[in-house]
Amino acid sequence: MDDIITLAHGSGGKKTSQLIEEMFLPYFDNEELSKLNDGAILNGFDKIVFSTDSFVVRPFFFPGGDIGKLSVCGTVNDICMCGGEPKYLSISLIIEEGFKTENLKRIIESISKTADECNVKIVTGDTKVVERGKGDGIYINTTGIGYLKYDFLDKNRIEDGDMVIVSGNVGDHGVAVMAAREEVFESMNLVSDCMPLHELSKVILEYGNNIKILRDPTRGGIATTLNEFIEGTEIGIELFEESIPISEEVNKACEILGIDPLYSANEGKIVAVVSKNVANKVVNTLKKIKGGEKAAIIGKVTSKVKQRVVLKTSIGGTRILTKLSGSQLPRIC
Amino acid sequence: MLWEEFNKSDAVENIIRILKEYKKRITIMEVCGTHTMAIAKFGIKSILPKNIRLISGPGCPVCVTPVEIIDEIIKLSKIKDVIITTYGDMIKVPGSNSDESLERRKAEGADIRVVYSPMDALEIAKKNSDKEIVFIGIGFETTAPNSAVAVETAINEEIKNFSLFSIHKRVEPVLRHIINMDNFEVNGFLCPGNVAVIIGEEGFEFLVKEYKIPSVICGFEAGDIIYSIYRLSEMIKNNTPFLENEYIRAVKKKGNEKAKAAIDNYFEFCDDLWRGIGFIKNSGYKLKNEYSDFDATKKFSIELKTCDYTGLCRCGDVIKGKIEPFECEFFSRICTPENPLGPCMVSSEGACASEYKYSRMR
Repeated sequence: MDDIITLAHGSGGKKTSQLIEEMFLPYFDNEELSKLNDGAILNGFDKIVFSTDSFVVRPFFFPGGDIGKLSVCGTVNDICMCGGEPKYLSISLIIEEGFKTENLKRIIESISKTADECNVKIVTGDTKVVERGKGDGIYINTTGIGYLKYDFLDKNRIEDGDMVIVSGNVGDHGVAVMAAREEVFESMNLVSDCMPLHELSKVILEYGNNIKILRDPTRGGIATTLNEFIEGTEIGIELFEESIPISEEVNKACEILGIDPLYSANEGKIVAVVSKNVANKVVNTLKKIKGGEKAAIIGKVTSKVKQRVVLKTSIGGTRILTKLSGSQLPRIC
Repeated sequence: MLWEEFNKSDAVENIIRILKEYKKRITIMEVCGTHTMAIAKFGIKSILPKNIRLISGPGCPVCVTPVEIIDEIIKLSKIKDVIITTYGDMIKVPGSNSDESLERRKAEGADIRVVYSPMDALEIAKKNSDKEIVFIGIGFETTAPNSAVAVETAINEEIKNFSLFSIHKRVEPVLRHIINMDNFEVNGFLCPGNVAVIIGEEGFEFLVKEYKIPSVICGFEAGDIIYSIYRLSEMIKNNTPFLENEYIRAVKKKGNEKAKAAIDNYFEFCDDLWRGIGFIKNSGYKLKNEYSDFDATKKFSIELKTCDYTGLCRCGDVIKGKIEPFECEFFSRICTPENPLGPCMVSSEGACASEYKYSRMR
């Protein structure tokens, strides 16, 4: 295998075959993929959940994850949040000429490991190599399908008195990537929460139709996700600032950067709206599972604040949380 | 006052109860944009009694940057092989042509990079010796020392492709200017703790000595702000104006001597234009003549205007404390963070952005 990716690796010729045989098949091998058809023929679905996402993160490797892990988690998590059990993934790679094969290998290994972890097969894929300067190292698109296992999730079922739950500390991914990108805060322990949510979502969904809606609050953070829940409804959400779990490191980094952790991306967290009668039980169940240790009830659904997410601050004040507007940028002073 | 002790809800409730007993109408200006944001973030206005009115002052550096300066920076971004380095807040501010901003120029292919400090800009200069790197030096006494140190480093390390576009401003002259305006109705100042870290308590003594206006140097936690409002209210009620340092954990009498020396070594005062306020004598910092090799205005022959164009935007009235953001006829109608008419809506620390983001429930 060459040490860097060249345009020839995307030509569709011998070099492409070499890339597939030496780089991809050893990691993703399964009976559907090894046929190397143009597509995979899959059996056994009644209702399916189908989702796609593209990943363009910089840097490719960050504390707690990499673009490969992220690209599997992102699509797997989207399927889980719809009540699906993810089964199959496609991986499309757009690689810039000159990309180091060594780095590609790390990314592929990470994709393979994460897919195994969530029992998902990679059954089809594509590779394109673009000229140097026409890409940004590597872009990954993943598309996934899974069985629809829980068909009751619907934001229209959210009602007055329901509770809002989060599965752990918020804001970790966005802050960790921002810190890694700028090479600041090296001494601080800022780690992305990037992880597959199949286990956590499964234990939540076992509470049946007491669970109203699930979402993984990625870009825009929990503030944006909660606004999406109440859009077009007559209800609102009241959040309790003191109950929202945020790590001390993330809080400190956000203070320095001038960004708000409630708008910072997460890649391994679930926000759920659940019936009041199961809220504590769901949290206690989550706490026993890896990645759910910091689960908490962070707010309640109320018709007192219509179509708004309102935060009760630690000093007893209130402020509105709207959707993220533009992107969060570091401030001056 | 140790804010850790104070930042407890029962202490807050106690002070709110005492504040509620005052019946007199009190107007307090928070000079600093970071205070404006903290007030909104903690929901402080929502728990204060109605007779205590908080208004935003001229302390958001982006908000007071004239549109002509934004135009000049946009022009710089059009020069071949120039890399503009700037703090994030500047990226979205529209120029006099509302279709132009650094964000837009970046999308069009200009090399514009958000940095956290001018030292990052120097690193970019070292790695791009065939390009000219301009750092947009914005901010008050808080950020000016960093710019000075960057110039010093550029001189010592002979980094010749680096220059500073200094739009740094001074707090004292603008406060004097505002106090001397007609219809000045502010009863007390919440002074910026971050600026005071540099210029010291003594940098704000003139407010009390010369103008007899109660003033508190204040930190940025909820407890800091509520306690400072409480202290200001007491001084106003008892007509006993003095300067109190609430941010004692960070602010010394004489400030940070090293940072002040860095400013003095590299900068001199200049008359400067403030958006919506006007031209104020000795209110800006420009690089001394001997450092003109590192002065972007000299290197790129930038001519600075002395008269401000504000168009329809009423940001000037907002930062002079004449109107609150929601009193502007454009607020949240045609002026939003996605489509800002002026800098108070653009800057993350702007009074209008803060009002829009956090407080529209009133």
